[in-house]
Amino acid sequence: MATKEVKPADHWVDPATGEYRVIAPGQTFRSITEKIVRIVLTPHTPMGWFALFTVAGGGATVLMVALTWLFLKGVGIWAITQPVAWGFAIINFVWWIGIGHAGTLISAILLLFKQGWRNSISRFAEAMTIFAVACAGLFPVIHVGRPWLGYWLLPLPFTMNVWPQFRSPLMWDVFAVSTYATISVVFWYIGMVPDFGTMRDRAQSRFAQYFYGLLSVGWRGSVRHWMRYETASLLLAGLATPLVLSVHTVISFDFAVAVLPGWHTTIFPPYFVAGAIYSGFAMVLTLAIPLRKFYHLESLVTERHIDNMGKVMLVTGFIVAYGYGMEAFMAWYSADHWEAFAFWNRAFGPMGWSYWTLIACNLVIPLTTLWSRKLRTNIAFMFFISIVVNTGMWFERFVIVVTSLYRDFLPSSWGTYRATKWDYATFVGTMGFFTVLFLLFVRFLPMIPMNEIRMILPQAKIKPKATVEAGD
Amino acid sequence: MPAREGVYGLLAEFETPGDLVRAAQQARQDGWRRMDCYTPYPVEEAAEAIGFHRNKVPLLTLIGGLMGGSAMFLLQAWVSILAYPLNIAGRPMYSWPAFIVPTYEWTILFAGLSAAFGMLALNGLPSLYHPLFNAPNFRDGATTDKFFLCLEALDPKFDRAETKAYLEKFKPNSVVEVEY
Repeated sequence: MATKEVKPADHWVDPATGEYRVIAPGQTFRSITEKIVRIVLTPHTPMGWFALFTVAGGGATVLMVALTWLFLKGVGIWAITQPVAWGFAIINFVWWIGIGHAGTLISAILLLFKQGWRNSISRFAEAMTIFAVACAGLFPVIHVGRPWLGYWLLPLPFTMNVWPQFRSPLMWDVFAVSTYATISVVFWYIGMVPDFGTMRDRAQSRFAQYFYGLLSVGWRGSVRHWMRYETASLLLAGLATPLVLSVHTVISFDFAVAVLPGWHTTIFPPYFVAGAIYSGFAMVLTLAIPLRKFYHLESLVTERHIDNMGKVMLVTGFIVAYGYGMEAFMAWYSADHWEAFAFWNRAFGPMGWSYWTLIACNLVIPLTTLWSRKLRTNIAFMFFISIVVNTGMWFERFVIVVTSLYRDFLPSSWGTYRATKWDYATFVGTMGFFTVLFLLFVRFLPMIPMNEIRMILPQAKIKPKATVEAGD
Repeated sequence: MPAREGVYGLLAEFETPGDLVRAAQQARQDGWRRMDCYTPYPVEEAAEAIGFHRNKVPLLTLIGGLMGGSAMFLLQAWVSILAYPLNIAGRPMYSWPAFIVPTYEWTILFAGLSAAFGMLALNGLPSLYHPLFNAPNFRDGATTDKFFLCLEALDPKFDRAETKAYLEKFKPNSVVEVEY
């Protein structure tokens, strides 16, 4: 049978289209406003929030300790040495920034494609982007060894007249990542301005009124303002789209421009971007699934969202699979001895376990199961998949960085890589830091864009004059 | 600068965006010009109804992007050719393809900043005070679920009693006078 039977009792399925509904029926402008505003304006912070904040704060403290020790002792406390001179710092940098990409994809690219379902998840996906970029940005700065000289990366007129080398991909990175961070913050803030207006008007306490009033810059919802706002949002989305594609491309240049077997490939830019979106959607799921449960947002972040995110992961997962396939193919087809060895060493060398972990986590588990709608709408399963893919994507970066380096051209200089406890502490610490920022966001800022949700409610449709008169 | 006392305008509150758009269209047809609609989310039809068709945000964005991109390209060229020339294996100083990435990024950066801040500037924001906030029903509704049409006192057609009666014809929830 070609069409699937839709149970009429299932109110989650829209009878007209047979699709899962974007948001649950029976909501009014006021009910969704109240629902979202209450999370922030309630004087009662849930105990679960405090519990999680304590754990995350512990993680952030670990980061502080690790950084303090790093600044005292230098990067020698990490496992980086010759031949593996790039270790966890670069792996984590690429991993975190990749996670950020889904936020921009959801907020910008899906906006341009007029995907109404994105509206409920765009705000916290953007927040995720900003916090992930904050974690990512930390690593290159602490990796330079003398972070207090980090400003040397910028083209500033110093007294010693030294200027940066603009032909280096590492320099391009500075501009790509700083632009990405700035535009993400601006896009996020501009998106929140009308919602801050709502919060200002709904707040009971004087302090909250002032706080959100200042943040709202006096937004009053004039349609003239709205039209300029819409134009600006579309333009920002249009600008963020090439930006997000360029950021991971530029990061892949850090590798691809180097003449090193395993790095020097032209497939890197598209495959890095697809991998970034893949891991980013996994992270959105990791955050959205507990969040919707904890704050009872099932009517706004519905199974349709989870389902759609699963589909995006399926597509990007296959692009990533193509990237892996191409790497293997080129190792053979290039007839380059070093390239072939690098690949053989990756898969069957002493660190081959990392390669097979990545294949299992990124390809085997998700790409065989995400085909099924039943599994895509199974919340527990999707949470599991999101963790699996995040792990897999971290291992992908591990494989690219470490297994390309640890056995280079001269067997006498071969080495290995074994992360130290400070490597792990810094990595776990950034997760704590990320969670702290995210918890603060959830508590103090509107995590679902109210003005955008109002737009997709059925009441927002303006009926033509004739039908109104006929109904009277 | 308009006088800061007296009446700012008359504010009609509607329940649905459709009612608002029909009222705004009619008012525009009847010759009203100094008016504005206030909605909790963008209602394009309302902007059309009051005759607001195009805005200058795209122009600002274009100018910002061009300025950012050319500034970055010139900076790189100046640094690489004049200020700090580095001879690396005899490669040309003016290696423009290598300058494209930062140029591209700064084009986007300044275009984006111009779009965001240009939008706020054209809107006259930040402006934390506005007479409309004095209206008793405005703050409860305009950012939540009500749709407002304001006919402003600066319009030559404005007359307190007549305009109030005129607005009542559209069957709004209420019509209130907004003081400065």
